[in-house]
Amino acid sequence: MSHHDNGVTVGLGIQMCERWRVEAALSFLPHQRKWGETAGAVMAGGVMDKEYVGFAALPNQLHRKSVKKGFDFTLMVAGESGLGKSTLINSLFLTNLYEDRQVPEASARLTQTLAIERRGVEIEEGGVKVKLTLVDTPGFGDSVDCSDCWLPVVKFIEEQFEQYLRDESGLNRKNIQDSRVHCCLYFISPFGRGLRPLDVAFLRAVHEKVNIIPVIGKADALMPQETQALKQKIRDQLKEEEIHIYQFPECDSDEDEDFKRQDAEMKESIPFAVVGSCEVVRDGGKRPVRGRRYSWGTVEVENPHHCDFLNLRRMLVQTHLQDLKEVTHDLLYEGYRARCLQSLARPGARDRASRSKLSRQSATEIPLPMLPLADTEKLIREKDEELRRMQEMLEKMQAQMQQSQAQGEQSDTL
Amino acid sequence: MSELVPEPRPKPAVPMKPVSINSNLLGYIGIDTIIEQMRKKTMKTGFDFNIMVVGQSGLGKSTLVNTLFKSQVSRKASSWNREEKIPKTVEIKAIGHVIEEGGVKMKLTVIDTPGFGDQINNENCWEPIEKYINEQYEKFLKEEVNIARKKRIPDTRVHCCLYFISPTGHSLRPLDLEFMKHLSKVVNIIPVIAKADTMTLEEKSEFKQRVRKELEVNGIEFYPQKEFDEDLEDKTENDKIRQESMPFAVVGSDKEYQVNGKRVLGRKTPWGIIEVENLNHCEFALLRDFVIRTHLQDLKEVTHNIHYETYRAKRLNDNGGLPPVSVDTEESHDSNP
Repeated sequence: MSHHDNGVTVGLGIQMCERWRVEAALSFLPHQRKWGETAGAVMAGGVMDKEYVGFAALPNQLHRKSVKKGFDFTLMVAGESGLGKSTLINSLFLTNLYEDRQVPEASARLTQTLAIERRGVEIEEGGVKVKLTLVDTPGFGDSVDCSDCWLPVVKFIEEQFEQYLRDESGLNRKNIQDSRVHCCLYFISPFGRGLRPLDVAFLRAVHEKVNIIPVIGKADALMPQETQALKQKIRDQLKEEEIHIYQFPECDSDEDEDFKRQDAEMKESIPFAVVGSCEVVRDGGKRPVRGRRYSWGTVEVENPHHCDFLNLRRMLVQTHLQDLKEVTHDLLYEGYRARCLQSLARPGARDRASRSKLSRQSATEIPLPMLPLADTEKLIREKDEELRRMQEMLEKMQAQMQQSQAQGEQSDTL
Repeated sequence: MSELVPEPRPKPAVPMKPVSINSNLLGYIGIDTIIEQMRKKTMKTGFDFNIMVVGQSGLGKSTLVNTLFKSQVSRKASSWNREEKIPKTVEIKAIGHVIEEGGVKMKLTVIDTPGFGDQINNENCWEPIEKYINEQYEKFLKEEVNIARKKRIPDTRVHCCLYFISPTGHSLRPLDLEFMKHLSKVVNIIPVIAKADTMTLEEKSEFKQRVRKELEVNGIEFYPQKEFDEDLEDKTENDKIRQESMPFAVVGSDKEYQVNGKRVLGRKTPWGIIEVENLNHCEFALLRDFVIRTHLQDLKEVTHNIHYETYRAKRLNDNGGLPPVSVDTEESHDSNP
């Protein structure tokens, strides 16, 4: 080949390489890659496989695994009755979970105590199965005297943590059922002037134990300026009372401006002012929408100018489901676990905990809060003895090995 | 002898029934001008009307009263930055205004009850209200019993109590029942469904039916009470109101918007404008006509003739007869339900 040709060839070759590299990178997108294809292995004689190892395919594998395993999520809804909680849940998940519900009359509710109800439903979409558990708190805020009516809720949340702690410390950890509450949607009345004393009391009791997303129910009671004023008032009150609600994480810095702006807008609209409806309104010429029909107009549930339903659905279901689970596990559950184990701390236990290598093991042996203290102590002492014996044995064996080595050397040198 | 003319029969001792004469036969007398005379007198003296509003904060009580009387008679925050916190106990705040219309003067007093139903524990939060109402009866009683009575006793008794029901769409709340049970025997209660623009037509009618049934089941008589219907005409009219319209589902507003070239009071939302005085939108106009245009006088009469008399009778029984001048100053309310 002439020099020119070489140059051209090389130039072309390099350009080809570039193009193939880009194409190979693009072909890493999950839906395009077929099993068995490794990036650029065939092309340009080996330039490609030096660049790509292939672990960028890990998210793919996780995705496939989690699709197979399925996904479970526990959502709690709390708030006074009559704020549209059930309708909103039905609208969010497009199910009819509350079909057979009977709301008791006022005279029956005079002496009702707070009950905790659980409903489970399996929803499948796009091949992904979600096992959704809804925790309801009927009767909250209804009675004439609502003192301490939030205690059953707190107890319920802590019971789930306790169950998980026990399962985690147990022997069979393969099939742990996660029944911890991952998120609590708290409904605030649009008729009040912000948070009521009962709202504040409830939120303070649960904010360190569960992710709270505050929501204004039946927001079609409010004109736009009233909605803004109410949201601001609630935000101010939350700050004043030092109530920690769920913080939606910052979006990645490499997202484009548009996305960042949208994300900021969504965060600004917390608490979400929502309207729920499972009825489809067919107005003459316009296309059918889910909404509520009044004599003066129709509220469209999925219209961002009418209410924040879309925002809530996007942030809760479409983007942050996993994050809510992670925060529950990494932050709230760990906090509970630390508090729990610390309260069990005895002088002996503290020593054991300081042995970092064995602390995990001893954690499995520490009996959980439910056992009576006398048994706990006995078990701890027994395990202590065992550990010491094992350590002694190890030391002896090490000493023996050293001796035999030394002897071996001696015999070698001899 | 000629026959004696029989003596005329003596007239009976019983007074004769007045013979009703058709005055047209004899000429116009002018008795019907008494109505006009009464009207002129009323216009000169004016009259008192005291209305109380009860309900959780934020249900639009003050706005509604302002809308009813088309003036700023009730103190309310024009914006959301209400500096005052929710009071820890129920307070009673009475504010008086003089309104004039068509030459008639009305001294209107609006009695607000901030703090009702807002606490975590609302046990017995109706007691301050009951106490206030009875105190007004007591005041009137004292004046009545005086030897030298005033020509016109100032009337501070509560003529009408608007009770605001939260539009949950389910049913009444236990607190609503408790309040109305205790106070329907002491004052005229008119239940009202507040902020009714959150309910569609079907939801509204279902809710109203359920509320009416619950009130009936619990033996709560709201105004107009069945037992005080005076004649058949009243009964049919009131029956219709009791069984179909009440409780009135209202929306209040003090802002005006342009609709079809007219300025109307309403609420403007992205999906439409709710007109307060449009009967297709809410029942404010019905409430206004009921309280002001048709039953205002009746509200006062029932308060005076029935509720006040009940109170007075109880007081008399307690003291074994009213002392002429010095009425007992120790206000004993132990006889109250």
